Amino acid sequence: MDFLNTHLLSLILFIPAVSALVMLFLPKDEIKLLRWFAFVASLIPFALSVYSWIQFKSDAAGYQFTEQYTWYAAIGSTLHLGLDGLSLTMVLLTTLLTPLAILASFSVTDRVKPYMMLFLFLETGMLGVFMAVDLLIFFVFWEVGLVPMYFLINQWGSANRNYASLKFMIYTMGGSLGLLLGIQLLGALFGSFDLATIISKWNSIQGSLLGYPVETVKAVVFWAFVIAFAIKVPIWPFHTWLPDAHTEAPTAGSMLLAGVLLKLGAYGFLRLVLPLYPDQAHNFAWALALLATAAIVFGAFASYAQTDFKRLVAYSSVNHMGFVVLGIAAAAMASGTADARIALNGAILQMFNHGLSAAGMFFLVGVIYERTHTRNLDEFGGLFPLVPIYGGILLFTSMASLGLPGLNGFVSEFLVVRGSYPLLTPYTAISMLGLLFTGAYILKGIMKVLHGPMNEHWAHGEHKLTEINTREIIVMAPLMALILVIGVWPAWILDVINKAVMHLF
Amino acid sequence: MVFPVLSVIVFTPLVAALIILMIPGHRKTAVRSVALAAATFALLLSLWVYVQYLTQHMSGYQFKEQYSWLPALGISLHFGVDGISAPLVLLTGVVMFTGVLISWGDFNEEKHLSAGIQDRPREFFAFLFILASGVFGVFASLDLFMLFFFYEIAVFPMYLLIVIWGWIQTREYAAMKLTLYLFIGSVIALVGALAMYWTAGQATGVYTFDMLQLEKAGFSASFQNLWFLPVFFGFAVLGGIWPFHNWSPDGHVAAPTAVSMFHAGVLMKLGAFAALRVGIMLLPEGAEHWSWLIMLCAGVAVVYGAFIAFIQTDFKYMVGFSSVSHMGLVMLGFSTLNRNGLTGAGVQMFSHGVMTALFFAVVGMIYDRAHTREIPQLGGMAKVMPFAAIGFIIGGLVSMGMPGFSGFIAEFPIFLGVWQTHWLVAVIASISIIITAAYIMRNIRQVFFGGIPEKFEGHITDITILDKIAISTLCLLMIGIGLFPSLMVPVVQTGVNHILQLLGVA
Amino acid sequence: MFASVAFLSILPESLILILGVILLIVEPFLKEPRRRDLGWLTAGGMLVILIVSILAGRPADPTSTFGNTIRFDWLGFFFEMLFVFGAGMTALLLMDHEKVGGRGEAYVLLLASTIGMCLMASAADLIMLYLAIETTSIPLYVLAGFLLADDRSTESGFKYLLFGAMTSAIMLYGFSLLYGFAGTTNLYALADVIKAGQIAPGVIFGVIVLLIVGLSFKVSVVPFHFWAPDVYEGAPTPVSGFLSTASKAAGFAVIARLFLVAFPHFTVDWTAAFAVLSAVTMTVGNLLALPQKNLKRMLAYSSIAHAGYAMIGIVAYSQAQSGLHNPQLGIASVVFYMAAYIVTNLAAFGVVMAVGRVVGSDDYDAYRGLSRRSPLLGLIMLAAFLSLAGMPPFAGFVAKVVVFAAGIQSGYVWLVIIGILNSIVGVYYYLNVIKYVYLYRLEGEDEEKHPVTLTRPYAVALIVLVLGIILIGTVFAPWYSYSNAAALNLF
Repeated sequence: MDFLNTHLLSLILFIPAVSALVMLFLPKDEIKLLRWFAFVASLIPFALSVYSWIQFKSDAAGYQFTEQYTWYAAIGSTLHLGLDGLSLTMVLLTTLLTPLAILASFSVTDRVKPYMMLFLFLETGMLGVFMAVDLLIFFVFWEVGLVPMYFLINQWGSANRNYASLKFMIYTMGGSLGLLLGIQLLGALFGSFDLATIISKWNSIQGSLLGYPVETVKAVVFWAFVIAFAIKVPIWPFHTWLPDAHTEAPTAGSMLLAGVLLKLGAYGFLRLVLPLYPDQAHNFAWALALLATAAIVFGAFASYAQTDFKRLVAYSSVNHMGFVVLGIAAAAMASGTADARIALNGAILQMFNHGLSAAGMFFLVGVIYERTHTRNLDEFGGLFPLVPIYGGILLFTSMASLGLPGLNGFVSEFLVVRGSYPLLTPYTAISMLGLLFTGAYILKGIMKVLHGPMNEHWAHGEHKLTEINTREIIVMAPLMALILVIGVWPAWILDVINKAVMHLF
Repeated sequence: MVFPVLSVIVFTPLVAALIILMIPGHRKTAVRSVALAAATFALLLSLWVYVQYLTQHMSGYQFKEQYSWLPALGISLHFGVDGISAPLVLLTGVVMFTGVLISWGDFNEEKHLSAGIQDRPREFFAFLFILASGVFGVFASLDLFMLFFFYEIAVFPMYLLIVIWGWIQTREYAAMKLTLYLFIGSVIALVGALAMYWTAGQATGVYTFDMLQLEKAGFSASFQNLWFLPVFFGFAVLGGIWPFHNWSPDGHVAAPTAVSMFHAGVLMKLGAFAALRVGIMLLPEGAEHWSWLIMLCAGVAVVYGAFIAFIQTDFKYMVGFSSVSHMGLVMLGFSTLNRNGLTGAGVQMFSHGVMTALFFAVVGMIYDRAHTREIPQLGGMAKVMPFAAIGFIIGGLVSMGMPGFSGFIAEFPIFLGVWQTHWLVAVIASISIIITAAYIMRNIRQVFFGGIPEKFEGHITDITILDKIAISTLCLLMIGIGLFPSLMVPVVQTGVNHILQLLGVA
Repeated sequence: MFASVAFLSILPESLILILGVILLIVEPFLKEPRRRDLGWLTAGGMLVILIVSILAGRPADPTSTFGNTIRFDWLGFFFEMLFVFGAGMTALLLMDHEKVGGRGEAYVLLLASTIGMCLMASAADLIMLYLAIETTSIPLYVLAGFLLADDRSTESGFKYLLFGAMTSAIMLYGFSLLYGFAGTTNLYALADVIKAGQIAPGVIFGVIVLLIVGLSFKVSVVPFHFWAPDVYEGAPTPVSGFLSTASKAAGFAVIARLFLVAFPHFTVDWTAAFAVLSAVTMTVGNLLALPQKNLKRMLAYSSIAHAGYAMIGIVAYSQAQSGLHNPQLGIASVVFYMAAYIVTNLAAFGVVMAVGRVVGSDDYDAYRGLSRRSPLLGLIMLAAFLSLAGMPPFAGFVAKVVVFAAGIQSGYVWLVIIGILNSIVGVYYYLNVIKYVYLYRLEGEDEEKHPVTLTRPYAVALIVLVLGIILIGTVFAPWYSYSNAAALNLF
């Protein structure tokens, strides 16, 4: 038990990767074994992160469960892990969604072994970003997560996967190039990558740097960071990789992509951009807010215009993540004020919530796609009578996405809007108009799929639509439960988030 | 008496070459077995040296041996390794071992399969091992004359290896071009070395080629500024520095697989290493004076090499130009003349050596089976040779500088070093990362995934178990260093400390 | 044993003479097909002479004997040993020459010429020198034209005779002028006279020009090289080998002694001339070797080029100031270069001989697939040619480095750079030949059915030579110290 307590984070972090390596030696034809092995392997981190949630002392400032190991002594980088309320929430989300994604992938029959291994590696990559308290380690895991995702899209994706996966890779790597250069600059300046050290030294630096005034350099590096994270979030106009990647990825890949990977970008804003560049963030908050508003509005419009169900859901992510950025912009505008904290609370909760609902939505799209092999909204219609349970679940999840009071989406979006409104009034006002369109496209999706005249094609014969099965319901159950619980009683999670926000900003 | 491990390492391949030459040519298996045994032996010894260096926390020149050779001119057979050369000795052992493994090959007339070296393996391994001896000799030599001696030994077998066993279409041209380039470079450097010899002798009264003495010679600034360029660039030609890189892609492409591995994997390091040891370490002030020029050339090489690699449709040319780009990073690290840059360059030499050896090995395996290297004509190779595909992907990730692999460990400090000198170069050079990612990813997809073209259907076979051993060895090294930098970086750092002392900054 | 210095100073010459007499006596007793065994006798005899001389006849301090006409020192001794070695090897190579091998007089002529060379290396007197040169040359004229039925051989002998006689005459004219003005024929006495300034500089300049012409012919320096390719191509191959190595080395021995001893204080005058000659010789030799398609001609041009490299050492020495650390390095480097060159070039000609005998041609095309027809011969050729190109671990590399080192020490960086550029050209054409040997194949690709067999004398000679190449190229300390001793003994 003592070992568990002192190595909690590294266990959570590396159990998936080690399990993936173990899988290397399992026979590749024992599909069942492989699936269950992967599933169980991903459940352990979930159990451990629940344990850490229980152990977590939300009143304490700073990082908890910290571990530090020598890694790259030559340039002053250590494997330094730690959790605060912000990252704990994200770790919980990640460890929850990964087993569900793996469970959702039980229908995959093609090359199961590498598929499952990639998922486990992906989990380690994502968790590493959330746990890193060292800038270089942050970047290491940031990049490492890309590779499994690339191959998941490229190998198990649908028709246009080559284009989509390369675009995903190049966009993200191109974005992180600025981040890499920025990190290099910081490392070259301070000879250390420890987050706390860097933040304090960087903020106290004066005079000129590299022959330019510090403010100029900081502004440039600020934008380098922002663009890297903005691509990941994604913020309009850097979002164009997203619909392609989401649409082409396999179902479980989309779940994690929307559920967790997008949060990496937002997390980067909170963990790095705001602490490192408070002044720049304040100065450019209007720009962030503008982009966020654009994301909300255009994301909603674009989503409405889609005829592909999965693309519709993909664009909805742009729309929803816009609220996260709006909250962040508000926090950047007036760091430390009560309004800003409210907005930040909303933004972080929105990250969590969107993780739940987007993963659920993508899964549900996947469920119907597996049965009909089409995602074209015009080819559906009136399916509710055929698949009532599925219909119910879809309706429920969509409502969460739409922001129906009583479900989780409402809580977080409300907090964001409430916090931002006094600070960024015009942007927030326009964003609220965007909310209207959110309702519109979600209703459009539901209508096209479930309501209207029934498409007889799916009612009879070989194409007869089958109901959602037990395994799939099990995937959805925890998501729906959380959606409901947070919607009704958000305090258990908001408490952790709020205290983290108090400590941080 | 202490076991003279370095001389044993240096002369093992040579002795093996002689033994191999005495085996009748038609007994190919015997030839290969002897070669494999010798390569394994050399690998184990070099591994032992490296592990000792690492675990005993050694620094400075270790495992020193000195035998008087030509006292009248101050030449001695002086061996020793420091933190820079110990990894390179290990690298040579690894590439030699894997090179022998993949040259063993596989022969099947029905499937038009003639992988590895089937024609005259006796001569092939003999020449290859003479080359290896030269390479080991350069890395281990602490005597300037002997360094040249071994350097040239490492150059000329390359001509034979390429011209005899190379790709039929370009081998004559490429082999001659390569040999002349390298020979020109080395003799120009030789003139500089002789000048150092006399000048140091005049100043100190001790006429010696011993580099440990020459390090302390205290050459005048004007002397250093004059001779640094010929010496550095003379060697750096072999390191593939722009604008003298021209020989390298042609040479890589024309060479048979094991030779490409050796060539890009080890020989280019030989150039870089000699440029460092003779150019920068003996003429530190000259290095400071001219560092801007090296940085310029290296920066161009990094970006330009990546662009050219991007537009290649020949798989092997792609890899060849990527080597130019990556060796540019080594030179970039040198040009910073600071701790980070030099450390990174030292690791990058090892990392790139392993990576590019792996690349060429896989390219060779594919070519031996598909008989084409045109990327657009290939496809679906992962289905028939999954192991090779995984190997190439890992190599590709290293090449992209993906964290978790050795490439990142090497490139990151190089960039840190550049930030500390000319930040703009770092920004410009970073473009290459994106381009590299693009062409690597594109090629992985086109070559290994998708459907197998009809014409290959049925007659493409999987790689042999020996090939797999070779690939796994190389992959393990790259991942090992990527995950645990402390396996290599502290060793390199001890070497860098010494260089910094010579540069007067530490 | 009668061991006076006078006797020791001509020990090798005397022993060779005895060997020659033995040959003449033995020859009539051997039937026609066994005459070839005289080669074994010659080679064996030379080996004995080599051993005896090294054991018993090493010089101590330089001494002059025979009325100051012979100087007994390391310079002479080292060269003598080289000549004896070279002649022994040549005898082995002669044995299986179809038309020459069975004829006793060839071996005797070889010995006679060797005696002349030995005397050239140790002569300290103008008259002795001239006699030695003629003793060397006349048997070689005969040997070059030995194949009476072969027009090219006849032409070769005749051409060699004409050029040789003319340049001998020019040199003799120079000698007589020297004697006329100085009143002495002894080189060391001459040096004193010249140092004392008793001869007008203009005269000395004229004499130097005459001497340069004469000696340049011997060592085939451009522009006195025209005879070389034709003579080498036409003469029996072993004779070409001997001409291009021992004879050339003898020329260098004379140049070293004559110029460096007798004209030390007029260094500037002839140093510049030699530097230019050296540069021109290297360049022209290499450039002309480039387009050749016949291996013997190529080797002829390359041997011209090698004379140029060796002359860098002479230039370096003549310009060496007393302040230099190692002033005698220049001359030591020439001696070393000659040792390496003799071994290497003899091996190259040996290969040409061995292949030409079987294939019947010396064109490059005749070498197609050689490495498959005879892997051993391929390797030997590889070693010899790489040594010529100046690659380690072969003799040529160390030799070149030492010569270049001497050049740089004396400040002749430009000359060294020309030398380097030239050796790059050299690498190109030597490797070009290697390509025929290793890459190109016979038509039909059935090399296994056309093996090139080595007879025993070739095998012995070539293996000894290759071992020599590698030995000089790796364990160079002893050879260098002999060369150094030779250089130190010059005065």
